[in-house]
Amino acid sequence: MTQMTIRRGPEFSRILGLGVARGENVVTNDDIAGPIESSDEWIRQRTGIVTRVRANEDTSVLDLAESASRDAIARAGIEPEEIDTVILSTITFPHMTPGGAPTLADRLGASPAAAWDISAACAGYCYAIGQADALVRSGQSRNVLVIGAEKMSDFVDPTDRSISFLLGDGAGAVVIGASDHAAIGPTIWGSDGSGADLIRQTNSWLELREDRSLPFPTLRQEGQSVFKWASFKMAPVASAAIEAAGLTPDDIKAFIPHQANVRIIDQMVKQIGLPEHVAIARDIADSGNTSAASIPLATERLYRDGAVSSGDLALQIGFGAGLVYAAQVIELP
Amino acid sequence: MAHPENEVLAHLAEIVSEETGIDTAEIQLDKSFTDDLDIDSLSMMTIVTLAEEKFDVRIPDEEVKNLVTVGDAVKFIAAQD
Repeated sequence: MTQMTIRRGPEFSRILGLGVARGENVVTNDDIAGPIESSDEWIRQRTGIVTRVRANEDTSVLDLAESASRDAIARAGIEPEEIDTVILSTITFPHMTPGGAPTLADRLGASPAAAWDISAACAGYCYAIGQADALVRSGQSRNVLVIGAEKMSDFVDPTDRSISFLLGDGAGAVVIGASDHAAIGPTIWGSDGSGADLIRQTNSWLELREDRSLPFPTLRQEGQSVFKWASFKMAPVASAAIEAAGLTPDDIKAFIPHQANVRIIDQMVKQIGLPEHVAIARDIADSGNTSAASIPLATERLYRDGAVSSGDLALQIGFGAGLVYAAQVIELP
Repeated sequence: MAHPENEVLAHLAEIVSEETGIDTAEIQLDKSFTDDLDIDSLSMMTIVTLAEEKFDVRIPDEEVKNLVTVGDAVKFIAAQD
């Protein structure tokens, strides 16, 4: 019997380039405090957020994704047509179908790349990195464009005190290709659907169809429960990612968690037991919570602040609605 | 195994003190977490989680709002098997 030919890939993959785009407008706490009867002081104390960035009304989530992607491809030193796979992580692309990734690939000049969206909320970027790493190492893909892009401001309720005031808009993209050494560690990921109600859309599209008096769906969260889950259950996941890569916390140069709340970040640092020398990403103070975009945005911020440089090892972890989570150690491009 | 209330108070006071910097002597049964000790909802969840670990008990998230005073928390923990 004739045997099939199976492609084999390189032993390792790495991030070749990073690009980001932030919403054009800086929104202060005072700008949004009125409808939630809050204050700049309360929001800073509870979340660490000083401002969040939000996009213009006529800027789409794909516009943000395209801008970040163009930078990532340029920094990777390749041409758009060399991208053969596009994975777009978003929960704010406003169409059930088609997904945003094929249109994005076409706009970038990457057609006929395989292109699809994933829905893993704030963990989506790390989920997609895990997929891209596996695709490259299997030989299925050569250059994978991974994008976390969100226009959260399209799905906020200005009177919501649970999550809306945290949210910002942005996109981060990376190109992942072959490497001659290990530069993306094993992905530790998982889910807990028993917590599906902790971060959710207010009502489903079908409920809106049945009852047109319902408000346009926006996001809500059970803040205290999410805080507890993220602060204490995610630290062991992050530690497992370090261990799976054959490293110790001393080997890590930067910790780049999803930017959900600075109090979660601080508690995770404590629980993981990260040493003093580790640079901690706290881009949330200026950019807010941008869901799938927050980790690449925070990574870019660390470069800009001079806290990291190419070749440094960073521990990244995404966690959010699902509940879902994913973590891995990466070598910064 | 149930924990004696005086033992729970002593350990809980240490946890609260560690999280907030408040002197353990001030953490007494009649003190309200919010009004007297100025502990916000996120710090309260940290205290609850650390107490769960310390006493090997489960304090459901929906129960936390009922733990108004230090005494409420001590009683709830001490009553757990």
